[in-house]
Amino acid sequence: MIGSTGITASTLGGPRQADGTCGLATRQADFARAILDPVKPPPAGLIGPDGHPSEKRFAVYRNNVVVGLIETLKAAYPVVRRLVGEEFFSAMARLYVVAEPPASPIMLDYGAGFPAFITRFEPAAVLAYLPDVGRLERAWVEAYHAAEASPLSPAALGHVPPGDVPTMRLTLHPSVRIVRSAFPIVSIWQANVGGNDAGTVDIDAGGEDALVARPEAEVEIRCLPAGAAAFMEALRAGSPIVDAMKKGLFASPRFDLATALRGMIEANVIVGYDLPPVRSMGAA
Amino acid sequence: MPEAISEPHLTTMPKRAGVGLKAEHYRTILETSPDIGFFEVHAENYMGTGGPPHRYLSAIRERYPLSLHGVGLSIGADRPLDRDHLGRLRQLIDRYSPALFSEHLAWSSHEAGFLNDLLPLPYTDETLARVVEHVDQVQEALGRRMLLENPSTYLAFAESTWSETDFIAEIVRRSGCGLLLDVNNVHVACTNQDWDPIAYLDAYPLSHVQEIHLAGFAPDADEAGRPLLIDAHDRPVDETVWGLFAHAIERIGPVPTLIEWDANVPDWPVLKTEAERAELLMADIDGVRRRAPALNHAH
Repeated sequence: MIGSTGITASTLGGPRQADGTCGLATRQADFARAILDPVKPPPAGLIGPDGHPSEKRFAVYRNNVVVGLIETLKAAYPVVRRLVGEEFFSAMARLYVVAEPPASPIMLDYGAGFPAFITRFEPAAVLAYLPDVGRLERAWVEAYHAAEASPLSPAALGHVPPGDVPTMRLTLHPSVRIVRSAFPIVSIWQANVGGNDAGTVDIDAGGEDALVARPEAEVEIRCLPAGAAAFMEALRAGSPIVDAMKKGLFASPRFDLATALRGMIEANVIVGYDLPPVRSMGAA
Repeated sequence: MPEAISEPHLTTMPKRAGVGLKAEHYRTILETSPDIGFFEVHAENYMGTGGPPHRYLSAIRERYPLSLHGVGLSIGADRPLDRDHLGRLRQLIDRYSPALFSEHLAWSSHEAGFLNDLLPLPYTDETLARVVEHVDQVQEALGRRMLLENPSTYLAFAESTWSETDFIAEIVRRSGCGLLLDVNNVHVACTNQDWDPIAYLDAYPLSHVQEIHLAGFAPDADEAGRPLLIDAHDRPVDETVWGLFAHAIERIGPVPTLIEWDANVPDWPVLKTEAERAELLMADIDGVRRRAPALNHAH
C-alpha cells in the first residue's frame, strides 16, 4: 500500500531509527514528566515535518493538559473564582494542577483536594473564608452527581407513633453534604452564584452551617439552624434520634429537635427510617 | 425505557448526521424533539452515580439512537488498561445500549496520574503490539466490537517506522476493530505533519469506517512559521474539511456522521444547521453514486 500511494514512513510517521533505543514505557514517562513541568525541555526525538525538534509543538500538548484541567476547576468552583478574580484563580489552579494531577479519567471527580490546597496557599490567606466556600462548592458537585433516592413524604413519617421517635434511625438522601463554617458561607455563596449581583456580606456576622442536597433534579443549599449540623452528622453515622439530639445540644444549647426535624422534612432529605427490631413497624 | 431501547430503530445507528450531546441543549432537545440522526456522549461525563446528567440522557435515549465515545481509556499507554474503568464503561453500555462505542488511538495515563488529553504515539512494532493487545481486551471486556479513532497530532516521533494509515490498517487487521474516521483530525494531522490529506484518505482502510467525526480547528503556527492547527472543537467545520468529508463519502457512501462542538458551544440551531449540511452532502453524493454506479468503480 505504501508504494501504491507514494506515502512512506518518512512522510507519514517520521524517519526510521534503526536501533529503536527508546521504548514506549520510557517515552511515555518522559513525555508525562515534561507535560507537567513547564521548565523541562521537551523529550528528544519529538519533531516537526522538517525533522527538527519544536518547543511550540510540544507546548500544544502541555497547554491542552494544563489549561483543560484549569477549565475543569473553573467550572467546579465558580464562586471561588468570582471571589478572587480570573487571573488569581488561574494562577492558583495552575499550581494545584501540577501538584495534584487527576488520579482518574473521570473529570467530574477532579478537584476534591482543591479546598485543602487553598487552605495551604499563602497568597489566599487574607480571604480566610475562601477554603470553606471551596468546600461548599465541592459539596455542590458531589450532590449533583450523587445516587438517586426517593424522599419520604411527611405523611409517611407521620405514621410513626410519637413514642418511637427517640429510638428511630433515619436514612438521609445519598446526596446530603453538610459543610460547617465559622464564616457566613451560605450568604457569601448566594451573593456570588450565577448572575447574582454580589451584594455586601458581613464576614463577621458569624458562622453558617450549610445543608447541600439534591433530593430531586436541582441541588439546593440551605442554612442549618444551630446544632442541626451535628445532629444530622450523627444521624448519618447511624445514631438514633435521641443520641443525635444530644450531639446537637452539645454543639449548641439553642438546638431544637422539632425545628431540626421539620427542616429536614421540608428539605426532602429523609429517604427511610428504622425502628428498633423488637417493635419494628417495618422499614420504609 | 428498556422497552423503547429494544426497538431496532433506536439500537442501530442510522446513516445520518448526529451531534455531540451538550448539557446546554438538554432542555431544547426534550422540548422540541428535533429531527436528528443520533446523539453521541463522552462516556466519562456520565460516570457519576446519579443526578441530572443521567436523568437527561435517559430521557433523550428513549427517543434517539446513541453513540458512546470514550476519552479516558488510554488504549495507547504502555501500562495495563484500567480494569475499573473498563467496568464503568461496561455498566454504561448495559444501561444505555449505545449502537456504537469508540475510543482513541492515543494515551493519557501514566504512573503519576491521568493527563487530560489525547497524547500521541510513536508508530513502532512495539506500540502496535501494545495497542492491539489493549483493543482485544476492550472488545473482550465490553462484549462488542469497538471503533478506533485516528488522532490529531502536533508532532512526530523520530523512531516511528510505520505510516499512520498503515499502522491503523494493521490494528484493524489484527484486532478486528472498526474505525471512526475523524476527518477534521485528518486535516489537522496532515497540515501539521506536511502530509497529503487525499493520499492519507486513499491509503486509509475506509471499508472499515463505521462512523465519521467532523469538527472545527483553531489555526496557529510553529516557531518556524509553519501552520500548526489545533483540534479545538470550538467553531464550525472548515470548508477544507467538508471537502475531505465529501471525498470520503464518495468512496464509502453515507456513514453515521457526528458534528463535534465541545467548547464555545453554540445555540442549538447553529449545531443543527451543521448536522443538516452533513446530511444533505451525504444525500447528494449518494444520489450521484446511485444514478451512476460506474462512477463508483472508477476510483
